[in-house]
Amino acid sequence: MTLTHVRSTGSSTAPEHRHGGGLAVGLLVLLGVLALMCFVSVTLGTRDVGLGTIWKALVEPDPTRTDVTVIRELRVPRTIVGLLAGLALGLGGTLLQGLTRNPLADPGIMGINAGAASFIVVAIMLFGIQDLSTSIWFGFLGAAAATFVVYGVASMGREGATPVKLALAGAAVTAGLTSVTTGIVMSNVDALNQLRFWQVGSLAGRYWPVVEQTAPFIVVGSLVALLAGRALNGLALGDDMAVALGQRVRLTRTVLFGLVAVLAGAATAACGPIVFVGLVVPHVARAICGPDYRWVLPYSALLSPIILLGADVLARISAGDGELQVGVVLGVLGAPAFIALVRRRNLAEL
Amino acid sequence: MAIDLQAPPESLATTRSGRRGRRRHVAVVTGLLGVVAFALFVATMMIGSFPVTVWEVVASTFRLSSDPSVDFVVRDLRLPAASTALAVGLALGVSGLVFQKILANPLASPDFVGISAGASLAAVSSIILLNVSALFVSGAALVGALVASLLIYLLAWRDGVTGYRFILVGIGISELLVSLTGYLLARADIFEAREAMTWLVGSVGNAGAPQLRLLLVVLAVLLPLTLVLNRHLDVLELGDDAAHALGVRVETMRLLLLGIAVVLVALAVAVAGPLPFVALIAGPIAVRLIGANGSGLLAAAFVGAVMVLLADIVANHLLPVPLPTGVVTGAIGAPYLIWLLATVNREGRGG
Repeated sequence: MTLTHVRSTGSSTAPEHRHGGGLAVGLLVLLGVLALMCFVSVTLGTRDVGLGTIWKALVEPDPTRTDVTVIRELRVPRTIVGLLAGLALGLGGTLLQGLTRNPLADPGIMGINAGAASFIVVAIMLFGIQDLSTSIWFGFLGAAAATFVVYGVASMGREGATPVKLALAGAAVTAGLTSVTTGIVMSNVDALNQLRFWQVGSLAGRYWPVVEQTAPFIVVGSLVALLAGRALNGLALGDDMAVALGQRVRLTRTVLFGLVAVLAGAATAACGPIVFVGLVVPHVARAICGPDYRWVLPYSALLSPIILLGADVLARISAGDGELQVGVVLGVLGAPAFIALVRRRNLAEL
Repeated sequence: MAIDLQAPPESLATTRSGRRGRRRHVAVVTGLLGVVAFALFVATMMIGSFPVTVWEVVASTFRLSSDPSVDFVVRDLRLPAASTALAVGLALGVSGLVFQKILANPLASPDFVGISAGASLAAVSSIILLNVSALFVSGAALVGALVASLLIYLLAWRDGVTGYRFILVGIGISELLVSLTGYLLARADIFEAREAMTWLVGSVGNAGAPQLRLLLVVLAVLLPLTLVLNRHLDVLELGDDAAHALGVRVETMRLLLLGIAVVLVALAVAVAGPLPFVALIAGPIAVRLIGANGSGLLAAAFVGAVMVLLADIVANHLLPVPLPTGVVTGAIGAPYLIWLLATVNREGRGG
């Protein structure tokens, strides 16, 4: 085991550049896939709109036609929200896995999305805040609070934040928040009605205002996250080694956890709590490009919107008359992946 | 020489008396918890728009008197909810601690490892898809919890079941079931969704008589059985190898205890819905109260009962608007986690 490990790291120095070239091409391919997925997401829907009409709707819009309105006001923003949320969740998950050195870290499993969700619901219910530009800050606050509590509870004890403890603390926080949120909402039928749609995580009904409010945070957050590769590589070596390499570990951790809270909070504000994307994507990325976070991060950034939009398209195709939420599709598809990861023999290897 | 000979017996005597003292401490604390639980049980039946005295409650509950109006209020209106709270609390307290010991993790609790989620999905499906009576909903919850546990056990199996794999597989299954439950809630019409969401919060107020009777009977059988099996539980805690060496059939015993705990949780959830956090918190509180020496199962049961009874009183009488019990037990959870964060971190131990 150690022998092969040494050999693989030893030999990886020489063909690094060729390998890097291959990986860059891989990124371009993924970019193409993502573009294709966006195209599919815009073209597919219950209302059959021809390609020519879609092109016209995008280039020279005619506001009197319903087809044009459907494309411009419904499908395009929905696709962009999926793109943004995917970006945020994928990068958030990758950052978390790097930060906690834990293969099962995920903004959903760790209860961070649930924290954001419940704070947003409380903001709407108790303080009557309706516009997203204010409630998104509650999302950030909730995500940050949940991150703090979950990571804090999980890192107690000698062996630190093990996968089991992180997942349990996340589940506990989620359960507590969910029951409190439901309790607050219980007496108000309208709010209860809103909550049940919001709780599953969906891209439906997300229009331009959602894009406008969340995009700045997600775009800036993602750009910063993409630059964190070197820092995560340092943390992956262990705190002592990172310090020896000249990293300010505590500062790096705080900044990156804050970044996770911003990304997860914004994604949750955009489309509700969604699990498993942030968990699975970094593993797929690592399988393609190895453990170097300078590559894992961009790969996650592209893979994650592909998966989210793909799941949304799948949901729209399979739903028939009713609405199947993307959060449900990801829950059903993600759980087997999670269990497969758990059953792998060498779980704690990050 | 004489002094050398005398020294060991003396220290032996002190250890012996120390052990006896600790055992007495455990017995006293457990007894006190039992008394508190019973007092709350009686108090629950006294409070309300029609106040009843202690003696009237006790006399009416144990059929020592016959005052029709008191009997109606106590036996028909308040006794069902009070005994539900008591029984559900006992069941959740015991099974929570059994889970934590078997899975070797103080944060492990049937609420989070997919068992309550299985019960919830089954109950919500029966409310929304089948539109059936409360008794059927309870039955569905029971079956759902049992099926989910079996599924988790099988998926976690790999040359035996380790605590950490059971927990993680359980959390994965739980997420799956929760997202399906969310889907059902989102597609239901608002009244059914509201009924289902009320069930999901958990409340001791709306338990039916047959479910409660079943829980009480099962509790009467399984609680003593768990206390008898407690010795094996302590051995299992030493680790599989040590347990083998001490002659315990590890996998069988683990399955048996896990089965008992699952049945208790499943019945409790079937009766009162998934009351969050009781099973998680009761064990650690009991262990903290009696110290590390006793097993704490009975104490955990009493702590669970005290929690649910208190939560019921708070939910129904102290809040401005009566709320389901689960809201209160859920609200206890967040401060508990923060308290855990503060104290255990400082002591430098914890799991």
